[in-house]
Amino acid sequence: MNIVVCVKQTPDTAATVTVQDGKVSWGDAPLVLNPWDEFAVEQALRTKEAHGGKVTALSLGPEGAKEALKQALAMGCDEAILISDPGFAAADSLVVSAALAAGVRKLGEIDIAFFGRQAVDSDTGVVGAQVARRLGWPSLSLVAAVRAIDPAARSIEVERLLEEGRQEVRSTLPATVSVTKELNEPRYPSFMGIRKASKAEIQVWSASDLGMAAIPAAALTWPEVMSLPKVETQCEIIQGDSPDQIAEKLVGRLLEEKVL
Amino acid sequence: MDLQLTPEHEMVRQMVRDFAQREVAPVIKEWDRRQEMAPHILPRMGELGILGVCLPVRYGGQGMDYLALGLVCEELEAVDTTLRVVMSVHMGLNSLGLLQWGTEEQKARFLTPQARGEKIAGFGLTEPGVGSDVAGMASSARRQGDSYLLNGEKTWISLATKADHVLWFGKTDPKAPDPHDSMTAFLLETNLPGVQRGDLHGKLGVRAGSTGWINCTDVLVPADRRLGEEGEGFRIAMSCLDNGRYTVAAGATGLIRASLEASIRYAQERRAFGRTIAGFQLVQQKIARMVQAYEASRLLYLRAGWMKNQGLRNTRETSLAKWFATDASFEAASEAVQIHGAYGYSDEYDVERYLRNARGAMIYEGTSEIHQLMQAGYALGLRQDAALRCELPAYDPQAWQN
Repeated sequence: MNIVVCVKQTPDTAATVTVQDGKVSWGDAPLVLNPWDEFAVEQALRTKEAHGGKVTALSLGPEGAKEALKQALAMGCDEAILISDPGFAAADSLVVSAALAAGVRKLGEIDIAFFGRQAVDSDTGVVGAQVARRLGWPSLSLVAAVRAIDPAARSIEVERLLEEGRQEVRSTLPATVSVTKELNEPRYPSFMGIRKASKAEIQVWSASDLGMAAIPAAALTWPEVMSLPKVETQCEIIQGDSPDQIAEKLVGRLLEEKVL
Repeated sequence: MDLQLTPEHEMVRQMVRDFAQREVAPVIKEWDRRQEMAPHILPRMGELGILGVCLPVRYGGQGMDYLALGLVCEELEAVDTTLRVVMSVHMGLNSLGLLQWGTEEQKARFLTPQARGEKIAGFGLTEPGVGSDVAGMASSARRQGDSYLLNGEKTWISLATKADHVLWFGKTDPKAPDPHDSMTAFLLETNLPGVQRGDLHGKLGVRAGSTGWINCTDVLVPADRRLGEEGEGFRIAMSCLDNGRYTVAAGATGLIRASLEASIRYAQERRAFGRTIAGFQLVQQKIARMVQAYEASRLLYLRAGWMKNQGLRNTRETSLAKWFATDASFEAASEAVQIHGAYGYSDEYDVERYLRNARGAMIYEGTSEIHQLMQAGYALGLRQDAALRCELPAYDPQAWQN
């Protein structure tokens, strides 16, 4: 099978996120492979291990995003390609999905494209579906289990995670699959993979390489980001002569505060 | 000297850190209390290639360099000393000794399964009555035709009951004029008849590790299990210690880092007299000293690792790194307990374990006193390192991939 996994470089989730003058700041947090995408890489590798083929990691980002691709290579991806162009600097998910879809097309006959369910920085969670729309493929989102893939019959059967349970979905291939953390346990990079990744020459495709004559302007912008309102905690000690009396007072207060 | 770490080194660090944090940190307290080694540790370290990290690919290793070994040890001990101890005995004291002194047949038979983590390796030097005075050992190895008959008791042996292979030392010539020429090294398989083993409990630290004793009673080993020549055992043991001590130094550096990070976290949370204790200068002084200890220890072990990569003799530099880093790690852990106050004295926090674990490293693989004697000996011109018949091979990035 010819498998693509689309990944993003994001700040480490251990970073302290602050809002300064309406802009998000991650401080000097290290940049990592988006944690959700690790599950996508793992599933791509398992798909290859089960059905043979090749896994290509594809990312859009600045030159530095090669580091995230190297992580994907170290985990076992066969090849990595970075889509990078100064014109993508302010891209929203519509622009990103246009570029990724063009990248997938340029890679040729692809059977399946995996995505993390969302990126931990922008948290839009729509890129997988948007790429599917642009390619005219079915979109399988919030996939928590892959039950079967039949490359010959060009079909896939997955479980989607819903609020109240799981939904079994069958689809034709090619398709996009965006994954949740219930799906698998991502592997660590292997030492051999690390060595391969550190020596890998990662190809860079610009917008023109993708045949994108003009990069559309972002439809979405973030004019201002607000901090969460501060939660103020007040402590009230309920006293009384007996446990019964204290309990009665407590119930009264809870009703008054509409907790119960 | 180039101590610039490569992206490869950084990825190795991160990978080992993730393993230790995800798979060991959440359960280490429980195993430390039980005084047992968590059963998943050795198999996982084997599967992930950690047990063969710096060995050439042709021997089943991962082909990384000696600096990577140091970094791995730093990351492992930042979570728990017992993880690093595995590297000290399996890799430092045994596998690198085999790489240095073994014949190709011995490497194929013993080193390759060790590098792959299929076999676990240990090191049997210390005896109930002999520690620093290695040449005074009581264990014997008597030649009998094409075999040797091994007798003797070894104790304080890490992984004694886990190891499949042990590098075992005994006297072949107890009457040698120079007792340093009396010993010979053997590759002992622990499933041989006459080998008995057991665990030791009640240790102050490294409680989630495996430490025990090995007794050999009339154990017959074929002569091709002898490592090096007859009478070469002392020099082999010391060269193994040059590698074991390197892993101890790097690990102790990780323990300092763990003490430092825990102290920073706690000092920024804990409030006293209306502010966080990080605002008090006496707490700041402790943290500053930990930073100093960490950076100095790190540079010392990286220098030793760089020398190993170059194929330069590093007995002096490794001894210095081990002595400095282990003493400093005990001090750092003790000050981390002090910063944590009464909480630091309980196992609710990790720092009391760091303190208990740090103490042992001032005793094993050369006591702090032995290292001071060595350093004084070098400085005063009383001590020189004679060339060895087999030196640890320099790291060759190409050759290591074959």
